[in-house]
Amino acid sequence: MEIVTLTKENFDQTLGGQQPVLVDFWASWCGPCRMFSPIVDEFAEDNEGKVIVGKVNVDEEPELAGRFHVMSIPTAILFRGGQPVGTLVGVQPKEKLEELLEN
Amino acid sequence: MTLFDVAVIGGGPGGYTAALYAARAGLSVLVLEKLSPGGQLATTDVIDNYPGFPEGVGGFELAMNMKGQAERFGVQSKSAEVLSCSLTGEVKELSTKKETFRARTVVLAMGAYPRELGLPGERELRGKGVSYCATCDGMFYRGKTVAVVGGGDTAAADALYLSRLCEKVYLIHRRDTLRASRSYLPLLEQAGNVEFLWNTQVEELLCEGALSGVRLKNSLSNETRELSCAGVFVAVGSVPATELVRGQVELDPAGYVPADETTRTSLPGVFAIGDLRKKPLRQVVTAVADGAVAVHFIEEYLNG
Repeated sequence: MEIVTLTKENFDQTLGGQQPVLVDFWASWCGPCRMFSPIVDEFAEDNEGKVIVGKVNVDEEPELAGRFHVMSIPTAILFRGGQPVGTLVGVQPKEKLEELLEN
Repeated sequence: MTLFDVAVIGGGPGGYTAALYAARAGLSVLVLEKLSPGGQLATTDVIDNYPGFPEGVGGFELAMNMKGQAERFGVQSKSAEVLSCSLTGEVKELSTKKETFRARTVVLAMGAYPRELGLPGERELRGKGVSYCATCDGMFYRGKTVAVVGGGDTAAADALYLSRLCEKVYLIHRRDTLRASRSYLPLLEQAGNVEFLWNTQVEELLCEGALSGVRLKNSLSNETRELSCAGVFVAVGSVPATELVRGQVELDPAGYVPADETTRTSLPGVFAIGDLRKKPLRQVVTAVADGAVAVHFIEEYLNG
């Protein structure tokens, strides 16, 4: 399943669906974000059909980052019904993302 | 349940090189990595001393290339932490949260993690001014004053990296010369905003909510002084990540595995490579060498 590149144009629409959405906030200059990216990709693949995974480039979409008070990256936020229900800050093992989804 | 020929714990340069060589020798290989391929390599901005890269290479990029190369020859990788293991029998078992893997041989490639200063409040201030990874956290100190503690390659590289982001960098070392490779010194001097504090140790971390500075002591004059800084980057060496195998594999008093150049440990079919092995030089290039050599002895063990 494709990872969605989220922008302020498609954000609300993508989060408006039935499935939960995991949003990964990142930037190109952020080393740990690069480390986290394959972990997020694997999580997306393993949980296809259960969750939509999207990425927000905080340099390109500062409004989205600001809207959810993202001050440190990488930050992963899980949304259910369009509302943030859980946040992870920093590089995390895949298991932590799965725990976020399960709870 | 699959019985792998080789299970590698740790997806750093050592682990993936052992995996590569094992796969090319026709063995079935599994690499178990808990976080990111590369380990310490992944958080290294630029590597200038790994041969073959005249312009240097990004640590994470190199790590991902090593992984890709190993996978090209059939190595399987799993993102999971090995929480417990049983290494003494003929069939070795490695258990993650979700499953147990079985293998005929195991390569210990868990590497090392940064040593703490051991000061009161240090753990509480992690992420609030105390950091062990300049490339990870440097951005948060853009335009601010920071201190790097240490005198080796990591401390020098960290100070150089931070000098490009921060207003000012103090490099605090307990000796009067760096242990680091000599090539760092001119670069640090040319940076213009790096000040060396020799014969100096950090006595106390000062904080008001978050870190506000450090109390320093000069070991020659016994004078103490307070230094204001927003961040302290600790680079005072590393600790081998061998707790997982303590009690099964023989460890030396510092926690390293006393395996020689053959990488053979006290347990048959278990091999130790990279930073966690007792050795004179811990670098990417020596970890990679260990990985290749381990496979020679893995084959000997499997055929024996």
